[in-house]
Amino acid sequence: MSSVATAFGDSTVMLRRNLRHTLRNPTTVFNAILFPIVIMLMFVKVFGGAFDVGSSYIDYATPGLLVMAVSYGLGATATEVNSDMTKGIINRFKVMDVSRGSVLTGHVIMTTLRCLVACAAIIGVAFGLGFRPSAGPVDWLAAIGVIVLLGFAAGWLTVALGLAAKTVESAGIATVPLIMLPFLSSAFVPADSMGAGMRQFAEYQPFTPIIETLRGLLMGQPSTGSALAAVAWCLGLAFIGYLWSVSTFNKRA
Amino acid sequence: MRRSAVSVSGLRKSYGDKVVLDGIDFDVPAGSVFSLLGPNGAGKTTTVNILTTLLRADAGTVHVAGHDVTTATRQVRSAIGVTGQFAAVDELLSGRENLRLVADLKHLRTGDTVVTRLLERFDLVAAADKLASTYSGGMRRKLDLAMTLVGNPDIIFLDEPTTGLDPRSRRTMWSIVRELVADGTTIFLTTQYLEEADQLADQVAVLNEGRLVAQGTPEQLKRQVPGAHLQLRFAEVHDLDAAARILGTVTRDDDELTLQVPHDGEPRSLLALLNRLDEQSINLREFAVRTPDLDDVFLSLTEHSATSRPREEAIVR
Repeated sequence: MSSVATAFGDSTVMLRRNLRHTLRNPTTVFNAILFPIVIMLMFVKVFGGAFDVGSSYIDYATPGLLVMAVSYGLGATATEVNSDMTKGIINRFKVMDVSRGSVLTGHVIMTTLRCLVACAAIIGVAFGLGFRPSAGPVDWLAAIGVIVLLGFAAGWLTVALGLAAKTVESAGIATVPLIMLPFLSSAFVPADSMGAGMRQFAEYQPFTPIIETLRGLLMGQPSTGSALAAVAWCLGLAFIGYLWSVSTFNKRA
Repeated sequence: MRRSAVSVSGLRKSYGDKVVLDGIDFDVPAGSVFSLLGPNGAGKTTTVNILTTLLRADAGTVHVAGHDVTTATRQVRSAIGVTGQFAAVDELLSGRENLRLVADLKHLRTGDTVVTRLLERFDLVAAADKLASTYSGGMRRKLDLAMTLVGNPDIIFLDEPTTGLDPRSRRTMWSIVRELVADGTTIFLTTQYLEEADQLADQVAVLNEGRLVAQGTPEQLKRQVPGAHLQLRFAEVHDLDAAARILGTVTRDDDELTLQVPHDGEPRSLLALLNRLDEQSINLREFAVRTPDLDDVFLSLTEHSATSRPREEAIVR
């Protein structure tokens, strides 16, 4: 078998392993869905009425909540990657003729799949709360594409964080900044309503163009500028996460 | 001469200033059992890690299954199976799924049959579909070894395979090792238990502080220590004195009231010796014939350094 086919086959085996882990420990997915839903209820039902966003608040907040669902699910990936490294099983993979990256690729793909499940749940609840998107089928597909790309990028970054952490506990904590980042973006209030300093941060941090892209797609008003920035951020973060993961993996291996 | 399964020459490894392996040479013929014996922290696990491509040596050459471990890593990996000190099983998978995982990663076409056979062989059928996290320590070890055997590797490395096992599980492990050898598998075994090396190994090498201090068959090693002796214990000091006068060259221990006399345990001469003591009315409390075992070899070889400074216990994770 060629090395590409082997790597693909090995990654599939690893993905199946990660899938079993997730199914046996459904609380990781449940957590990733529950927290954004609580935030959604809080912002939509409690604070939302006080914000003037120029449209229905649930329509405004849903894209940000999707990104939050993605980032909130990352803690599980970081802890799983770390416990793989600290438990004996990784030594078995390392002494077998197994493609080295397949362990990591399996985690990244699993993270992306969990993101999609969490986002589907968020959208379902949002519909129940009065979310009325005006996206056509192509817009929906593009929005799913953005979520996949974000999950993939965040997945690689999280795998690196999980590998770099010394203990399982610190691996979980390492993803907290990624959970906080949506709050400091245009997820819940427009960036131009923020104070100086915070506004610039919100405008230039990666989640804002991603959220704006999703918002544009779901509301039927796609913005090319945001979309380009979003794709560039995702690819850049995925690349950095990948390089960081591989070098940390080789160092620990 | 038989083909070498493992050949090592001039192997060195240090971590910073600490020299772990200080020039090691040995050769393991294919189809034999080689045991690396040594106290904690002697460098056994480091050796296994280098031989199994987990760690790079600083100097020296290592060939496993005829391939250089640094340049032909993939070929080495596909020829070996490794069971380390800590069970390398996935706790969130069942026993069957763990075996299946390894079979899939080895691209075995007959994965199902291989898995079923291994479950039967290791007496894990009843627990096959339970999560490995619910297994006892002994079951985990068995599953771990079963995973190592998937795909019938030519050379199997066992790093302290019976540490922490109860006597029955230890015997089971030994009989599995014997079966493997009967099938022509080469076994590289590290252990702190001399009995284990004595029971299983064709060749034993004693590793102490990064050097091989002795090498040979268990019989050869036993010959290196003072031979068999008779241990006599007396009731009183005057009995001890009298016996020492009669018997000549002896080692005496006044606190324990014992004498050690070189003797091979042959019944007729033993009886004669006891009669001589009895004729002098020497009050003999008890006697025992002691043949040297590997423990004596081990202690005599590693004694000097152990008393010269406290040993660092290696904590390997």
